Amino acid sequence: MRFMLLFSRQGKLRLQKWYLASSEKEKKKMVRELMQVVLARKPKMCSFLEWRDLKVVYKRYASLYFCCAIEGQDNELITLELIHRYVELLDKYFGSVCELDIIFNFEKAYFILDEFLMGGEIQDTSKKSVLKAIEQADLLQEEDESPRSVLEEMGLA
Amino acid sequence: MPAVSKGDGMRGLAVFISDIRNCKSKEAEIKRINKELANIRSKFKGDKALDGYSKKKYVCKLLFIFLLGHDIDFGHMEAVNLLSSNRYTEKQIGYLFISVLVNSNSELIRLINNAIKNDLASRNPTFMGLALHCIANVGSREMAEAFAGEIPKILVAGDTMDSVKQSAALCLLRLYRTSPDFVPMGDWTSRVVHLLNDQHLGVVTAATSLITTLAQKNPEEFKTSVSLAVSRLSRIVTSASTDLQDYTYYFVPAPWLSVKLLRLLQCYPPPEDAAVRGRLTECLETILNKAQEPPKSKKVQHSNAKNAVLFEAISLIIHHDSEPNLLVRACNQLGQFLQHRETNLRYLALESMCTLASSEFSHEAVKTHIETVINALKTERDVSVRQRAVDLLYAMCDRSNAQQIVAEMLNYLETADYSIREEIVLKVAILAEKYAVDYTWYVDTILNLIRIAGDYVSEEVWYRVIQIVINRDDVQGYAAKTVFEALQAPACHENLVKVGGYILGEFGNLIAGDPRSSPLIQFNLLHSKFHLCSVPTRALLLSTYIKFVNLFPEIKTTIQDVLRSDSQLKNADVELQQRAVEYLRLSTIASTDILATVLEEMPPFPERESSILAKLKKKKGPGTVTDLEEIKKERNSDVNGGTESTPVNASTVSTPSPSADLLGLGAAPLTSSAPPPSTTGSLLVDVFSDSASVVAPLAPGSEDNFARFVCKNNGVLFENQLLQIGLKSEFRQNLGRMFIFYGNKTSTQFLNFTPTLICSDELQSSLNLQTKPVDPTVDGGAQVQQVVNIECISDFMEAPILNIQFRYGGTFQNISVKLPITLNKFFQPTEMASQDFFQRWKQLSNPQQEMQNIFKAKHPMDTEITKAKIIGFGSALLEEVDPNPANFVGAGIIHTKTTQIGCLLRLEPNLQAQMYRLTLRTSKETVSQRLCELLSEQF
Repeated sequence: MRFMLLFSRQGKLRLQKWYLASSEKEKKKMVRELMQVVLARKPKMCSFLEWRDLKVVYKRYASLYFCCAIEGQDNELITLELIHRYVELLDKYFGSVCELDIIFNFEKAYFILDEFLMGGEIQDTSKKSVLKAIEQADLLQEEDESPRSVLEEMGLA
Repeated sequence: MPAVSKGDGMRGLAVFISDIRNCKSKEAEIKRINKELANIRSKFKGDKALDGYSKKKYVCKLLFIFLLGHDIDFGHMEAVNLLSSNRYTEKQIGYLFISVLVNSNSELIRLINNAIKNDLASRNPTFMGLALHCIANVGSREMAEAFAGEIPKILVAGDTMDSVKQSAALCLLRLYRTSPDFVPMGDWTSRVVHLLNDQHLGVVTAATSLITTLAQKNPEEFKTSVSLAVSRLSRIVTSASTDLQDYTYYFVPAPWLSVKLLRLLQCYPPPEDAAVRGRLTECLETILNKAQEPPKSKKVQHSNAKNAVLFEAISLIIHHDSEPNLLVRACNQLGQFLQHRETNLRYLALESMCTLASSEFSHEAVKTHIETVINALKTERDVSVRQRAVDLLYAMCDRSNAQQIVAEMLNYLETADYSIREEIVLKVAILAEKYAVDYTWYVDTILNLIRIAGDYVSEEVWYRVIQIVINRDDVQGYAAKTVFEALQAPACHENLVKVGGYILGEFGNLIAGDPRSSPLIQFNLLHSKFHLCSVPTRALLLSTYIKFVNLFPEIKTTIQDVLRSDSQLKNADVELQQRAVEYLRLSTIASTDILATVLEEMPPFPERESSILAKLKKKKGPGTVTDLEEIKKERNSDVNGGTESTPVNASTVSTPSPSADLLGLGAAPLTSSAPPPSTTGSLLVDVFSDSASVVAPLAPGSEDNFARFVCKNNGVLFENQLLQIGLKSEFRQNLGRMFIFYGNKTSTQFLNFTPTLICSDELQSSLNLQTKPVDPTVDGGAQVQQVVNIECISDFMEAPILNIQFRYGGTFQNISVKLPITLNKFFQPTEMASQDFFQRWKQLSNPQQEMQNIFKAKHPMDTEITKAKIIGFGSALLEEVDPNPANFVGAGIIHTKTTQIGCLLRLEPNLQAQMYRLTLRTSKETVSQRLCELLSEQF
């Protein structure tokens, strides 16, 4: 996979992940162009299209478009399900995820994506494994937080 | 604002995000952001040391601002500091920031690499995971250089945790994609292959991705993966849907892994081992059988996952192209999908069938679906699906159905989407020419194309129809009659006027006997269009008129009157004026005989690649068209073979004969295939001549400039008053990359700017060059860049030629220079001691291995300069090796894809005589010869 984008119906980019380096300028241009193409498509149209030298696989979930650019040889249907699996992961983590969750916890959306995909390839397809990794991280986080408040208390005292 | 759900609450961040969301205008947003940036900057600069939490919070805010699309120019240092925090959450944000925002600030890279190194060595799986993710996310060459050696060790170490193994495999894959030269092959590769047997399916999935990527470039090294992949696949497809627990996705067992294994197998031919092969066939049959079973779930995820595996299996079947039974079954399955209610499946079925159409086993089976595909063209509501249908019709076309398919495409063209019209026009033109039995059909088809979609008929298409008419005398009369009739329409496309003008000018006499198309009527008809046409078309028509003077002396005076009119003789356009003046003079002073000679019928055109095909190839990317054509060429070996028996002057072009190189690949491998520049000045006479595409002789000084680049990689290669060509290049082992910079030194645009790399057939087999065409317009004062990727397959003697053609003002420029890609660029220096050197020197004592040259010094004999040149040449300079300190010796290895060639060299200067003696010893004669040639020019 070359890159993955999440954007809203209004054309606001919510998440971008690039698996092959390009310049910021080029990225912005690609995002603009692709958003335009995808947003112009009607519902019920097919989820795949040719774009530049890539294949684009996209799917809309409520107000958000999930959009992956893959290479000519890659499998479109499994990419579609990869998007779905990512949505499931977000859903499980946030508890019926909505666009606002992704806006306010953008860093988490990135962490979950990183656990799931790496270098544009799927790292683990098991929902359990991925969520376990994220939850472990959260656990570490909470442990981290507590000493801080203790210190604070001490400071106060 | 929703409650922040889990983990840490960075409240300040949430407040900030919500402020931004509440901004009513872009200006308000920018104002709020600037306020925040000022705040963060002061915090970072303030005297009070920030605690980790605050640092994390601010870095996270910066990241958010960046992701909104604003530039961030500070905070990198603070992010790097977070990397060395012991708190997971701080480290994690630090890594995220670096992953998203890293730039090539070398100072920073060093610090980041240090932090990564520490985390990799920490043996803490969570930290190792973060570090590996960061490497994969950044994926730069610097990272590859620093870590590509280490990661394979982590990957195959016995005590590495599964999750770290997964990350390590994909991290390595990412580095291999950008910097394959830094990833050393070695013992680890066989252990990676065995990961296919791992118990943990997540590890197997990640490893399969890695192996597939590596196997594409090093098939030999990973050959053993085939049988392991087959047995793994077999275990998955035969397992019950619950066996694999969490790896079952909507009742489909491990769909991702199955797809990946099937992809891996596509790197190889069918397994040789009969048992493995049998097992694989069984797997593929099982997958095909499952497609017929009732679905285990109504959910679309179930059918998508199942079909993803099915399509990948079909891809493998097509790739092997060896089991007729499987191919036909695959075709039938796709046939079912063609009528499926899911648009996605119809789309994929059309796409997949395109490749099936090119297999001899399934071509006929694909053809049975023609009606469904035609129907798709008419009824699909999504243009991308219709596009696939056009592609498939093109792929399944052969002699038996060409008339039907062409008719349907023409039909569709009337309402086709603008975005795909040009492509359809090209396809129709190609099919009509290729499968024409009766050339009247061909002429009708092309004229129809012009009528229906004149604006989309490119020059190539109408050039081609004229070429064919000129070369086939059996169709000339018909063509003249048909264009004459088509021109009767009150509004006809300018392209038709062009074709009509040209054809009547050549063959108008063939229909002049009919009083309805007498010479005067023909002339009046054409001239009635004259004033509506653009300058190039008018110029063409003027040439038609002078041809008429020769064909029809009876209307000479009428034509002379027209040429003599003020609107011609005093036309503001120089080209038109000149033609009018010259043609008028010619018609007045030349005798009938001279006129007849000057204005003789055009000779047949030499046989060549259809320029239309070249154009389609360019549009679609070479791969797609090539494959189909190549295969069709074989299958239709008798198609249009008839042309060979036609009279001599007709046999030359007509259709590409099956034996000809259809794509002309041999002739011009890397042409960017620009259309011949249409100069108004030469439309009639040399519209097809090679003048534009002929390669100019080498520019003066090119040889000298070339020699200057033998020992260096950067500099100016060519310069004249208009154009400067600069080069920057880098080489590593057998690979290289060259940046060519074309600078327009004038203030006027260059048009049709077309640089082309030309390799002789021989050079082409040893040197692989890849590049993309550049923008055909170069503005005044602007510079454009072209990247050439270079791969040295085997040693070579010649150098590629860089030919540049463009239009500057009214003139056509054609420049050729030698491109300094020389064998010594693929040198890797080798250090060795004196004893080793002479031992090897002796081993290479065979006369073919040595090459010697004694020559006069062309430059002052300066020791330091000579040393620099030998190093620049690419070999190592070995000090204190030669007993005579005045001599220079060097050693290195030439890397080609196929072999590595060890090279030793010795240069003995003679100051008194101002001479040198250069000796090269290598294990290959041609290498010694070439290196000696190249280096001799340097001193």
